[in-house]
Amino acid sequence: MGGFLSLLYKELLRFWKVGFQTLAAPVLTVLLYLVVFAYALDGRMRFYEQVSYAQFLVPGLVMMSVLQNAFANSSSSLIQSKVTGNLVFMMLSPISYVEFFGAYVLAAMLRGLLVGACVLLVTVWFVELRLAAPLWVLAFALLGSAILGALGLFAAIWADRFDQIASFQNFVILPLTFLSGVFYSIRALPEVWQTVSHLNPFFYMIDGFRYGFFGVSDFPPLASLAVVAVSFALLSAACLLMLRSGYKLRQ
Amino acid sequence: MTYAIEARHVEKRYGTLRALADVSLDVAQGEFFGLLGPNGAGKTTLISIIAGLTQASAGEVRVMGADVTLEYRRSRRMLGVVPQELVFDPFFTVRETLRIQSGYFGMRANDAWIDEVMHHLDLGASADSNMRTLSGGMKRRVLVAQALVHRPPVIVLDEPTAGVDVGLRQGLWRFIRRLNRDGHTVVLTTHYLEEAEELCDRIAMLKAGRVVALDSTRNLLEQFSGLLLRLRLDRDSLPGGLAAEVLARDGASFALRLRDYNALEQVLHRVREAGATIKELELEPPDLEEVFLRVMDKH
Repeated sequence: MGGFLSLLYKELLRFWKVGFQTLAAPVLTVLLYLVVFAYALDGRMRFYEQVSYAQFLVPGLVMMSVLQNAFANSSSSLIQSKVTGNLVFMMLSPISYVEFFGAYVLAAMLRGLLVGACVLLVTVWFVELRLAAPLWVLAFALLGSAILGALGLFAAIWADRFDQIASFQNFVILPLTFLSGVFYSIRALPEVWQTVSHLNPFFYMIDGFRYGFFGVSDFPPLASLAVVAVSFALLSAACLLMLRSGYKLRQ
Repeated sequence: MTYAIEARHVEKRYGTLRALADVSLDVAQGEFFGLLGPNGAGKTTLISIIAGLTQASAGEVRVMGADVTLEYRRSRRMLGVVPQELVFDPFFTVRETLRIQSGYFGMRANDAWIDEVMHHLDLGASADSNMRTLSGGMKRRVLVAQALVHRPPVIVLDEPTAGVDVGLRQGLWRFIRRLNRDGHTVVLTTHYLEEAEELCDRIAMLKAGRVVALDSTRNLLEQFSGLLLRLRLDRDSLPGGLAAEVLARDGASFALRLRDYNALEQVLHRVREAGATIKELELEPPDLEEVFLRVMDKH
């Protein structure tokens, strides 16, 4: 347990020390999205009755920052340790692979949730929001950040170089987030693309999270939660198997 | 008694390359043990297997009786490793680095010992400096400190003095010797053979993944080295029938290798018999470099 707590502490201290980059920057990014999209499209688009476009947009943006920052934390930390070689200090210690997984994922979750909370705190000054079902909000935020934290770990275990992580981010994470319904409801899409969207696990995270705010969603929230939970279980199993075998870390 | 390190038939293959082939050796508790060999001999691979950084393809390794794969938690607690590469985490200060490392081993509130280690390695003044700002020599000291934060009974140093200035090298050895006197087992790899000769009780030499010599430093020196005799005569020819191998000649100066002091007597006798006069004579005791070259040559 001691090793786990120390690794968690190290991971938290790491992003805290560069808070301007890891906390303030993503908040600014989201505010820019909000200004551009909400002001350009407000009044012209409405996906649910009683919910303005700006209101619709905010939960999507909050969840997007939770997901992106959770991924960024575990992936950038581990790939840096691998490339610079300081991973050896963890590998020399008696920390088990389960503790290793837990510490990286939990730190990624905390960074994601902290950024999400900051974004939410800032945006409620501009957009009035209600919280129809706060427990759903919490459940999806926790599971979503856990999935992306594990995905970041997965990517960094596999990758040997920084640019491979950047590719993963640009060609996997970014398209999946943008096509998940952050900026629109998938019901506004042609039927083919609605079907395709249902194959994107990010859609369920965003849609379920939004349900917590408005009490309405494109997909039943319990089913979304099940999809998200299964995704997390599968991804965690993959990470744990990789870590247990020493894949790319203990050759 | 439990061995500090016990390696049995260790093998490591990378594809078709055999980095280690049937390596077996024991290091007793309290020993100062040297692991020598040319680059690529497998020293670092063996250390990585002992530390659990690399998995052996076959064979088994124990640290203080704990199997490095089956009981890795126990074996890693027993072991402190100073890696060869100068690695560090650029986010933290020296003290943070040491506290975190100590925490990885489940040791909290370890500041008294951390302060003591920093004191002995002259790191006290840099405790709150970021790792990025330290010189290479200082980073090397932090690596040593990191290996010691959990008070391991067995310490492995992989070329700790590569690229380190004389002052730090001497300070470092003073500290390591003290730890050895206090009962810590020390395993060392180095390219500086005079260091190994001076420090190590026992030495294993590796070549192409195999142990080619394993004995006490004294035995190795006696067995392989012999004496080096430098001789200048009043003429530029040596008498015949000498019980010595001529290594070099330059005019009237000769370098001869002798098996022992008896051979010296025989050489002097022949020189006198031939009516030659000795102008200069120098006798060098055996050294490890000579042993090393001979062993590497033989295998």
